[in-house]
Amino acid sequence: MARPRLAVIKFASCDGCQLSLLDCEDELLAVAGAVEIANFPEASRAVHPGPYDVTLVEGSITTEHDAARIRAVRDETAVLITIGACATSGGIQALRNFADVGEMVRAVYARPDFISTLATSTPISAHVKVDYELRGCPIDKGQLLELVSALLAGRRPVLPSHSVCVECKLASRVCVMVAHGTPCLGPVTHAGCGALCPGYHRGCYGCFGPAETTNTATLAAQWQALGASRRDIHRAFRTFNAASEPFCREADAHG
Amino acid sequence: MAETRRIRVEMLARVEGEGALEVDISDRKVQSVRLSIFEPPRLYEAFLRGRAAAEVPDITARICGICPVAYQMSSAHAIESAFGMEPGPEIRALRRLLYCGEYIESHALHMVMLHAPDFLGFEDGIAMAASHGDLVKRALAAKKAGNTLMCVVGGREIHPINVRLGGFYRLPTRAELSALQPDLARARDDAVGILRWASRFNFPDVERDWELVALRHPTEYPLNEGRIASTSGIDIAADEFDSVFEERHIAHSNALHSVVRARGAYLTGPLARYALNYERLPAHIQALAREAGLGPVCRNPYRSILVRAIETIYVCEEAMRLIATYNPPREAAVPLTPRAGVGAWATEAPRGLLWHRYELDAEGNIRTARIVPPTSQNQPAIEADLLDIATRRIDEPDDVLQLACEAAVRNHDPCISCATHFLKLTVNRR
Repeated sequence: MARPRLAVIKFASCDGCQLSLLDCEDELLAVAGAVEIANFPEASRAVHPGPYDVTLVEGSITTEHDAARIRAVRDETAVLITIGACATSGGIQALRNFADVGEMVRAVYARPDFISTLATSTPISAHVKVDYELRGCPIDKGQLLELVSALLAGRRPVLPSHSVCVECKLASRVCVMVAHGTPCLGPVTHAGCGALCPGYHRGCYGCFGPAETTNTATLAAQWQALGASRRDIHRAFRTFNAASEPFCREADAHG
Repeated sequence: MAETRRIRVEMLARVEGEGALEVDISDRKVQSVRLSIFEPPRLYEAFLRGRAAAEVPDITARICGICPVAYQMSSAHAIESAFGMEPGPEIRALRRLLYCGEYIESHALHMVMLHAPDFLGFEDGIAMAASHGDLVKRALAAKKAGNTLMCVVGGREIHPINVRLGGFYRLPTRAELSALQPDLARARDDAVGILRWASRFNFPDVERDWELVALRHPTEYPLNEGRIASTSGIDIAADEFDSVFEERHIAHSNALHSVVRARGAYLTGPLARYALNYERLPAHIQALAREAGLGPVCRNPYRSILVRAIETIYVCEEAMRLIATYNPPREAAVPLTPRAGVGAWATEAPRGLLWHRYELDAEGNIRTARIVPPTSQNQPAIEADLLDIATRRIDEPDDVLQLACEAAVRNHDPCISCATHFLKLTVNRR
């Protein structure tokens, strides 16, 4: 049987999520043996034309050109997987969605007329059908390997949709919010990191975006009780997954 | 008779980010070479305005998945200098240790997976593994040692979570760090193996007369701090950057180019760091460099793979030294003391000088942010390199010339995601 053909495609992003694949140092050569890496420009200059069986998409859509390109990517692949906060929620560059992009371009570039960019940064799902999403800024490479392994084996991937709070309990960590009064987004943030930040004595800052079910308003009230200002709460929800609906709404409530 | 030829590469491979390259040839003469960065703008310097100082290291990390520590360090140091904060020697040592992890990870990836295939005629490191499996595995093991170090000190390898203004959230224990020593020792030996292997490559015989710009420090090989120095006599503090360097916005690029006001293009990165800090390397590493055919200054960009190997050996040893002498400070971070002011700082990212400047209000909110990444500083020098190669090899077939141009870019390990504010190769022959 022919090996499944894999493509890794990038839009507006930092390259960190696709680097996660190259960071699977122990598994990389095995993965490269199990699939045909047909189009992965960050790793290889050999780019073979589609169609592809699986495409990993990193980054968000911020230009007209990319909006057209993602439709062509969708047409060429059987399974499309978005990897990371940019591709699944628009990423940190979605902060432009709440500002005047023209003013932002003028602030950065001497010749704004040389720059062509959209007023918004949008997730891949706003443009085409997405089959699987991996959350995180960056994604967890364990989750990436699980998803690729599951697809190769023809089974459903095990990707929990509960909160970081549950992962924290599973790891038997001391709750930073209860024990130390440290504001934490763990109760409303999607699992996947293994509750990393509480393990380092800091509150979760939400880089995996909202969990499947969230109660952001109650959490915000608890933050206020711990002394967080409205502005602190606004900023906490308006960072790495600012455009995802539950976080966007809660940030607006404290704007 | 006028000759018309056109070569186009949609996207430069084995670099971080998206860029294109265009060479215009007509009447058997290279008319122009340009590197265009079409990586879409993400507008960091704009949306940093109004954010709280404490948020900045987490946000700037996201500029680059390959060198997040560089962004965290330049921003943390710059803001601390504006606030008059002085983390003590123990925090300083721990930050240097974290930076060593990023050098190991980034250099190991570039040397073997991205750069070496150009010398051996492979499309990528994975294809190279079929005949050079031992070296690829050694590089991946070294890379893993760097990533593991970043995980222990930084919490994770991409976008570390443990860095904050003033220091860290949690200090690693002596036991956690000591456990890293055997893998770092192996990574050091693997880097020596990579150096000796790469020293037998067939390097094109070129010498570039660029002005080389890097940090220089009185006692150590520079990572986190030093004065900005050059082979033409620049010797300034980070806050004097604008008096010597200038950013220009070029029509074909979403990145800004940097030049020395008085002289033009310059080069930052491993060749510059090595040339300006050779005497800061221990004698036994200088001996390894000599054995590999390197003098105290290397001006051949193809040989940068050897300089990266030398630096990898150095940072492995430096990490081991820092771990052996680790003395946990009493507090994981010094207190945040916001005040209105301006702070500028430069650190040495694996691919070159990374300069940040922040203007802050009395509450510690960002008023303005400026970030000058290594690749936008190197872009004019890379284009000069391409012009020379395209001119000397003008009569070669399009596919050969194209590969030569791509390889010339990869010599510099450009990070296009960072520079957006880079590559697709088009050669137009008319």
